[in-house]
This record gives sequence, structure tokens and C-alpha cells, in this order.
Amino acid sequence: MSLGQRVSSDHQLARLLQIGVVLEEVVESRAAHHLESLPEDERDEIDDEVDALLAEAAEESAEHRERLEALVDELDAEIVPYEEINQLVSARYGPPEDTDGVLYDQLANEETAYKFYDDLIEAVEASDAEFAIDRDRLLETLYDIREEEREGVEDVTDIMERRA
Amino acid sequence: MNTGDQYLKAIYLAQRIEEGPASTGTLADLLEVSPASVNEMIGKLEDRKLVEHEKYKGASLTDEGLERAHDALQTYCIIERFLANVLEVEEYREEARALESVIDDTVAERLDTIIDRPPECPDCFDPEHDRCKHLEVEGRAD
Repeated sequence: MSLGQRVSSDHQLARLLQIGVVLEEVVESRAAHHLESLPEDERDEIDDEVDALLAEAAEESAEHRERLEALVDELDAEIVPYEEINQLVSARYGPPEDTDGVLYDQLANEETAYKFYDDLIEAVEASDAEFAIDRDRLLETLYDIREEEREGVEDVTDIMERRA
Repeated sequence: MNTGDQYLKAIYLAQRIEEGPASTGTLADLLEVSPASVNEMIGKLEDRKLVEHEKYKGASLTDEGLERAHDALQTYCIIERFLANVLEVEEYREEARALESVIDDTVAERLDTIIDRPPECPDCFDPEHDRCKHLEVEGRAD
């Protein structure tokens, strides 16, 4: 058992980035499932704002995933393909009851991603290990993604407040 | 998972292994830290009313401590299962131990949406083998 929040090797860093990729894949897949899960008539009723939010979330996750994949690749590690994660999501997916449920799930997605990158950044910053990838570029990528997750949390919260 | 929760989980497992209060020695072995560090943290957890400590016997979880230890062990089970079944990591136990301090409970909850976990989790965790007794790892009998 390791008591200390730091990333001490390329191997551990690669593993954490792989987990980041999977989290993004889960977000992307759940956002797509939410849209598909609504019956046609409700899908028409779902306001454009929520529709756009989910589409944007899926798109942004795909972009984050690609950026993380590039780092994982440089560390000579593999990623789990999107289709594989999509199948795992499908196998256990239960659609939220209504649009509010969709928004809560989306908020949990964004908050979880933010927390993950925040902890990862802290663990990288606390480490003095030499990584096979440039530390500044790694941290810049993680800062960028964390910032977008923070904005994502705000976007969902804004919509939820307007609907309240 | 923070250090306090890692201690609570270790106390829970040590109590199961020893069928009684968790001794400082067992906790030091499980956590790979010195007995002095264990005693210091036990004192802090006692102040927070999560643990009761009896001299020469060892530490026991209070009801609140037990609840938190359960949650921490569940998070650990999610990490192990995710590593073993989704990322197909062979050394999933060692890696779960290395990663648990960096993986937050909320992150584990999201990972939980794509893994299968028995409803009795974490009672089915086998402390001697440091894994869920129902965990099936593809291609290997373990």
C-alpha cells in the first residue's frame, strides 16, 4: 500500500493517463446514450440547450481523449479502444428518468473528470521523477483539460439553475 | 483515497485477519510504514472517534469508522476490478495499492459504471489474498 499522492514512474503515469482516457470514453458514451435513451417525442421536447450541451460534452471528451492518447502513446502504453468502453457502458446503462436526471449525470461526469485531473496534476507536481515525456508539456495538457472540465461544470450548473 | 481512509481500511482488514483488535505490527506490515507512524495515526483517528484503541491489544473500528472503512474497501475493490478486467493489468493488486492514494472516491464511482461487482461487496474481499474472492481474471487461475 502506498501512502503518498505522487506519481513516481512512467509506468504509473501511463496507467493514470489510461484511466483518464477511459473516464473520457465513459463521459462520451454516456452522453450519447442519454440522447438515444429518450423516446422520440421526448427527444423533440428536450430543449436545444440540453441537446447542445450533450453534443458538446461528447465532442469535448473525444478531443481530451485524443490529447491523452498522444501522451500515452509516447509512454509506449496501450489504450482501451472507445468501442470496448462503449460496450461496457451499454451493458450496464440505465437511462435517467428525465431531463433533470440527464443533467445530474452530466454534472457528475464533469465534476469527476475535474477532480481526476486536479488530483493527477497534484500528484505530478509532488513528484520529482523524470518522465519520458516533457513535464511542462504534460502539465500544460492537464491544466488545459482541467480548465475545460471546470467550464463544463459551470455550463451544466448554469442550465440547471435556469431550469429550477 | 486519503491516508486516513487507507488506515481505516487496513484496520478493518487486520481485524478480519486477526479476528479481534488490529495490532500495530500487522498494520505496519499492511501499510508498509513504521510502527511509530501507525501509532501516531491511530491517535488521530481515535480523536476523530473513528477508532478505539486498547493498550497491548490493538485498534478496533467504531461504527462510524467501520462505515468509512467499508466505503474505502469498496473503492479499492472497484480499482482492482477495473485494473484486472478493463485494463487487463496482470499485477492488478500491486498497481491498485500504488494507485489508491491518487484515485478519488468519485472517480471510482464513475469507473464502477462499467464493471461488474457482486452485491455483497466489500464483504467478499479476501484479506489474505488482497482481492475479491469472486474476481475472475481472464486466462489465469489465481
